[in-house]
Parts: sequence; structure tokens; C-alpha cells
Amino acid sequence: MTGEVAVLGAGMHPWGKWGRSFVEYGTVAARTALGDAGIGWRDVQSVVGADTVRGGYPGYVAGATFAQALGWQGARVTSVYAACASGAQAINTARAQILAGLAEVVLVVGADAAPKGFFAPAGGDRPDDPDWLRFRVLGATNPAYFALYARRRMAVHGDTPEDFALVKVKNAAAGALNPHARYRAPVTAEQVAASAVVADPLRLLDICATSDGAAALVLSSMEFARRHGATNPVRVRAVSTVTPTYPKAVLDLPDIATDSAVAVEPAPESFRASIARAAYEEAGVGPEDLSLAEVYDLSTALELEWYEDIGLCGAGEGAKLVREGATALGGRIPVNPSGGLASFGEAVPAQAIAQVCELTWQLRGAAGRRQVPGARVGITANQGLFGHGSAVVAVR
Amino acid sequence: MPQTRTPVVAGWFTGDSTDEDFRLLGTRCSACSSVFFPRQDVFCRNPQCAGGELTEVPLSRRGTVWSYTDGRYRPPAPYLSDPDVPWEPYTLVAVELAAERMVVLGQAAPGVGVADLAVGMTVEVAPGVLIGGAAAGTDSAPVWTTWHWRPVPSEGTGGAQGGAA
Repeated sequence: MTGEVAVLGAGMHPWGKWGRSFVEYGTVAARTALGDAGIGWRDVQSVVGADTVRGGYPGYVAGATFAQALGWQGARVTSVYAACASGAQAINTARAQILAGLAEVVLVVGADAAPKGFFAPAGGDRPDDPDWLRFRVLGATNPAYFALYARRRMAVHGDTPEDFALVKVKNAAAGALNPHARYRAPVTAEQVAASAVVADPLRLLDICATSDGAAALVLSSMEFARRHGATNPVRVRAVSTVTPTYPKAVLDLPDIATDSAVAVEPAPESFRASIARAAYEEAGVGPEDLSLAEVYDLSTALELEWYEDIGLCGAGEGAKLVREGATALGGRIPVNPSGGLASFGEAVPAQAIAQVCELTWQLRGAAGRRQVPGARVGITANQGLFGHGSAVVAVR
Repeated sequence: MPQTRTPVVAGWFTGDSTDEDFRLLGTRCSACSSVFFPRQDVFCRNPQCAGGELTEVPLSRRGTVWSYTDGRYRPPAPYLSDPDVPWEPYTLVAVELAAERMVVLGQAAPGVGVADLAVGMTVEVAPGVLIGGAAAGTDSAPVWTTWHWRPVPSEGTGGAQGGAA
């Protein structure tokens, strides 16, 4: 099929709080991915880095930073930023370069070193910056938004805090089997219920941590993969990077208000649902074809919304899926078999790349004790603030 | 010496005024009638609109609760908060305005907790000061004024839920 690129290699630096530079994490992930691909660094023709806003200037020019750390060898470099969706935009940039014939082999890297506690906006006095304003005017942290969605689900769909806790229990059980995860201990519903409330109704164990970590992929043209001897590689078949349509009727980070729907009727489909739909259309598959999904569980409640947005069930039926165990390992459609953000914590520019790493290992049948049997088709879904959505469909 | 009263952000709500007169201030496009809050003063963001003049407009005083939460931990800077004063949780409310067909966030009035709120409840906007605002009570520091949402006492709670899910 035209439009596909091959995933030759995947690699990570384990997630945690290691107290070192994001450059070191990214370089470890890149070297691991190159080793996995059997590709020499000097054979890479392009490097795409997903930026981190926490690493100073090297973080803003991540592509060049990783190329220098690996040893300048003349490859073209690109650096992209799209908040939590940066990693998927980096993958999409690499794919576009390959499909356009600008490069045959591209290295994609994302890495972060996160501070403890709430993410905060860049410093200074910047009243023109919506991200600065939501903190200045309201003190609205990221968990505050997650909690608004969670409360809304409870009121509209009848979800309960116990449903949300089931998501954490499920993801912790999967993460316990993943050597790259930061949290590898099983978690009980009682432990979730006993953790401190951060933003009612969400508790500490409902909300993902902020982590250090890195992920990398080696992507190539299908023709290069054949010449390289990879006869049946995992293929990226679609990358969705759609934006919302006006009026956006759902309050997203860092909004203080939604768009007004006075002049134009909102689209019947939510922005998050449109992200997955675009990926399905491009890939020529649907939710019924999926073997697994990796979704952005910034909170437990948000994972349930993703079930609905990627078409695993109808609106309001997400909690039913997790109660039935359908989305657990061994269930009908495992979601976040990696352990998800619940087990990793968020390393922003690495996270969407890490989702594709997990698809790669699952589709290769190389995911060890968390393997989804016979995995053939997987989707990732992710949303970054300022209107960045992403979804990747990979097949084998 | 009286403390200076400074809006936490300029131009988003009416100045010191009585409860009845207090309003959030947005802008409205003269061509397509779209409303913007926070205010847009230069370009209309409706992609179907060729672009009209944006004029200031007060937003509806009352709306219904779309969702709500609280902040149990002190938010990071640039939130204006005195680190020497113990953090008191405050409540955030997302309110659906029927006439503008939009949802607007805000802090709840002091003393309004999550237990006092329900999705669909009627609330109204009121003048207030930033909760936990820095160095309140010292003579030299400004008092940061803002808007708050508070339940409307005489009306029923619950009932119709907003349609912006």
C-alpha cells in the first residue's frame, strides 16, 4: 500500500525521576532504537526531534541537540513542538519526508526531564499567553481540567469514582509487566480511594505523574526496509494531526472559555473523536479491526472518554467496558497494555512516540508477558493543549 | 492608607460596581454576531465570517453549572498567592451561558464548596477578589479583583443539564 512507512527500530530510556539531562535520555533511546533496527547512525539521513520546553535552548532545537549528541554526521534535522502531541507530529514529519523521497531512513526522538509537581507555564509577565492567563487568573492546573471532565461524566453518564479507580487498577497491572514503566507495583481500588484528593473528584492515583523518559523510532521507506532485509516490518499506515473546528464546544487546556456557538452550529462529533476518525479513514480500518489501543490517560476518567472517542463503544458506555474487563489484558480489546500514563507518568515529547513503540512491540509479538495474542492492528490517540490532536495507526 | 484594587486581568469585567451591575465583558462581531471571551479585539475567529467590527459586550449574568472541581493544592506561579499563608482549597466552576452558547470558567465565591454545587444548577456572576491572593491585608499590596460564580439562592438546583458535552 502506498503511504506506508516501515518501523525498523524502537527504543526507550526507562521512565522515572532520574535527575539527569533530557539529552542523555534521548541519546540512550536513539542508540537503542538504532540497535534494534540494525542501522548504523551514519546511515540515518534525517533526525526529527520532539521539543521540550523544559530543556532551555537545546530543548527548542531537539533535532539538532540529539544529532550533535550522537555525533554530527551531516543529516538534515527538524525540531517540532505540539505540546503532548509533539511526538506524533515528529513521527508525521519523518513519514512525510520518507513519502516525499527526501530521506529513506529517519530517526525520531523525544525526551523530557520533568520537574516535580504541577506543570507550570513559562516564566515572565505574559498576559497575551492563554496558558499563562489560566494560571494567573484562575490557578487552573492541568488536573483541574481533568477533574472538570470527570465530574461532567459523573453527572451526564453516571460514572462513579469507583469506575475511575478500575482504570488505574487495570493500567497498573499492565505496567507491572513493563520494564520501561516508572511504576511497576500493582494498585488496588482501595489504594486509589485512600489517596489524597487533588481536584475533586480525582485523587492522586487518578492523575498521571510527570516523569523523565525518552522514546525513539527508526522509520524507513518500504523499499529501504526490503533491501535491509526486513520482509514483514510493522508499518505506520496513518498519522492524524487534525485540529478542532470552530466553534470548539468543549473546554480544553488552556481555555478559560469555549468558543461561542451563537453564529455556527458545533460539529456533531467532538474534537477528540475527529482525531481518531481521520486516522481510521486514512488507514482504511475501523475500531472493529483493532487488536489494541494506546490512549492518553492523563487521568483515569479521561481514558474512559477515549474509549468512546476512538469508537470502542457508544457515548457514555466507557465505564461499562472497564467494568467488564474488556479493555484489560486478556479482554476483548486491550487498552494501554503498556500500562499507559498511569504507569509511566508523562514525559511530554516522548509520550506519543512511546505509544508507537508499544504498538511496534505488540505487533511484532515481542511484548513479553503483556503481549496481546495475535496483534495485527493498533491505534494510538493523544491530545496536546492548544488544539493538537494525534493518532497513529500501525499494522503488521 | 486604603489598598489599591487592581483587576487580575484588565478589561475582562466591569470595574468596581454593585453586584447588580457587575458583568464579564466580551466582544461581539458586528458581521456574524459571534461572542468572544476572553475578548478578541482585532479579528473575528469564525472561519465562515469575512470579519466585522468587534465591540465590547457584557455577558449574561446568569448561567448553569456545566461542571466544577476544587484545588486542594496551591497552584504554581503566576497564580498570585502568599506562600506564607496556609493554602485553603478553592472551587472552580465551568458555567454554561445560554444566550452566548458558551462555557466560561471562574472561581466560586468564597465559602462555596463542591458539596454546594451540582451540574445544571443556576449560578450568577459576582465581583470578588482572587482567593489566596498575595499578601492580602498588607497595606502596600494591591487587592486583586476578579469575577466569582455563586449559586442563586432562590432557584431550584439540578434539572436541565447543559448541551455542550
